[in-house]
Amino acid sequence: MSKIIVLAEHSEGSVVKASLNAITAAKQLAEKVGGGFDIAVVGHGISSVASALTTYGAGTVYQVEDAAFEGYTAQAYAQGFHKAVEASGASFVVVASTAKGKDCTPRVAARLDAGMASDVIGIEGDASGLIYVRPMWAGNIIGRVKINTDVQVLTVRTTEFDAAESTGGASAVESISAGIDASSIRMRYVGIDAVKSDRPALTDADAVVSGGRGLKEGENFDKIVAPLADELNAAIGASRAVVDLGWVPNDWQVGQTGKVVAPNLYIAVGISGAIQHLAGMKGSKTIVAINKDPEAPIFQVADYGLVADLFDVVPQITAKLKER
Amino acid sequence: MKILVTAKRVTDWDSKVLPTSDGTGINFDNVDFKMNPFCEIAVEEAIRIADASDDDCEIVVVAIGDDEATQQVRQALAMGANKGILIECEESELDSDYVAKLLVKVCEEEEIDLVLLGKQAVDGDSNQVGQLMAEYLGWPQATFAYKVEPQGNGEMTVQREVDGGVETVSLSLPAVITTDLRLNEPRYATLPNIMKAKRKPFDTMEPDDLDVELGEPKVEVIGYSLPSERQAGQMVASVEELMEKLANEAKVI
Ligand SMILES: Cc1cc2nc3c(=O)[nH]c(=O)nc-3n(C[C@H](O)[C@H](O)[C@H](O)COP(=O)(O)OP(=O)(O)OC[C@H]3O[C@@H](n4cnc5c(N)ncnc54)[C@H](O)[C@@H]3O)c2cc1C
Ligand SMILES: Nc1ncnc2c1ncn2[C@@H]1O[C@H](COP(=O)(O)O)[C@@H](O)[C@H]1O
Repeated sequence: MSKIIVLAEHSEGSVVKASLNAITAAKQLAEKVGGGFDIAVVGHGISSVASALTTYGAGTVYQVEDAAFEGYTAQAYAQGFHKAVEASGASFVVVASTAKGKDCTPRVAARLDAGMASDVIGIEGDASGLIYVRPMWAGNIIGRVKINTDVQVLTVRTTEFDAAESTGGASAVESISAGIDASSIRMRYVGIDAVKSDRPALTDADAVVSGGRGLKEGENFDKIVAPLADELNAAIGASRAVVDLGWVPNDWQVGQTGKVVAPNLYIAVGISGAIQHLAGMKGSKTIVAINKDPEAPIFQVADYGLVADLFDVVPQITAKLKER
Repeated sequence: MKILVTAKRVTDWDSKVLPTSDGTGINFDNVDFKMNPFCEIAVEEAIRIADASDDDCEIVVVAIGDDEATQQVRQALAMGANKGILIECEESELDSDYVAKLLVKVCEEEEIDLVLLGKQAVDGDSNQVGQLMAEYLGWPQATFAYKVEPQGNGEMTVQREVDGGVETVSLSLPAVITTDLRLNEPRYATLPNIMKAKRKPFDTMEPDDLDVELGEPKVEVIGYSLPSERQAGQMVASVEELMEKLANEAKVI
């Protein structure tokens, strides 16, 4: 029997939804290797987060506390998570592939002398030989990888695993003091310049409207994209080109090096469809592309393509949605 | 200050790679190779930090790969790095952990103060090497750097691209920083600098020379395939037709 541990993430006193996707991946893994799973949460003043995590079917929720966790730093958090993995004796470590997950997990793997597979989208095989499926080359290639170490670490792409539902029941909570030597932490969290938005988060919105360089000017995100997104209760995404131009926040970038999204409806407006962009959205259920160039590669992945001037048709679509 | 940067040789991000017919490798015929774009950004940032510093700075650029990677090291030297190192090994033998261990060894031998790497290599898309190095060295890290500001007193302030905004951290050197796309716009190497780069120090070595044993890789890719492609969709002629399809066929509005 093997043990699995999910390293959970929290923000402003709540569990980050991506960690619920990681719990589902852990459950899939548990079906293959037998055994159950634990959850670890690291922070300062996190008892409410730990208790929220007790209803997902974990054996134990490890709550690792230390004053050094006030403000996230990879150096301190990796030590905290390492403590929890040791306490649980887990041989599989599963983490959501969020910015923090990507930042911290390799350090945990290094501490465990474990091999790590990044951004896993599927788990194949069984206890005698597990294979992790992961995108490479911007998703143009699917790699199947095997990890040769006793402990195996994976970050999972959240769009490929549904969020776990709370099942009731109560896992045991075990508090661990991390006992971090403050002088070993040679970095300090200063603050975050948060992008404020009333819209749903890009990575879990049901619909996403993304804009590209075809919008011509940054203010057209407000004039053209935002009204359509309002009608659909959609998040707004963007191509790298317009993020680089400073038209929209970095956080909106969809693609190989930005966010990976898989909403029910993805509308690409004035985006050509470079492979790096497609890497971030081609898992969407229904894709609509609006582009004036009939040769634009975005049409090769679109379920519905409309060759038109976006400045004409997008406001028409918005108006029609309003009428409904 | 001594800065370590890398110049990984990767397939051109603009060319499409295919798996070999038996699915055990990648077919590199007719594919161009370039420096990993995130490494270019790291090299550029190192040069800017060195130029702005009052102290003497030396930039050491390393590539781990076959001898063709000499070109990428030379490119970094032509951009402005001072010394090149090529660690020769078969790409197929490499995993991120192994790369990290080799680079850690170079850090120790060269007495490096700052490591600037790409956040990911655009072939394997692993996003691990910088973080692994930082842990092995016991150093602080700032991944996904968007702005790097040396404070002059051995401290670096780094703005990072994270979920939900831009985070600021402060690091005490020695430290590892990995670059995101918007950190800077890398320069082109000019012809005179390409000529000059040929005279810069360049070492070629093997993992053995660094006393790093090539054991079994921790992570092994055992198969490569193409993703399942989406079904070709349909073109619609008008906004009306689009709305009708979205409502009745896709049922998403
Ligand atoms: C290492 C690396 C990583 C990258 N990562 C990402 C990533 O994560 N995400 C990403 O998006 N990109 C990424 N890129 C960039 C990518 O290669 C493309 O350059 C980028 O996606 C192009 O953005 P775009 O489609 O907005 O612009 P363009 O390619 O310029 O396309 C604009 C489109 O708008 C259309 N258009 C113009 N006017 C109108 C109009 N009036 N009506 C309708 N259509 C119109 C044009 O026909 C054109 O197709 C990366 C590149 C590199 C090298
Ligand atoms: N073979 C290599 N040679 C030099 N640098 C490398 C190599 N592999 C990875 N790197 C560096 O490590 C970073 C992260 O790579 P990865 O973790 O493989 O995505 C890259 O952006 C490079 O800076």
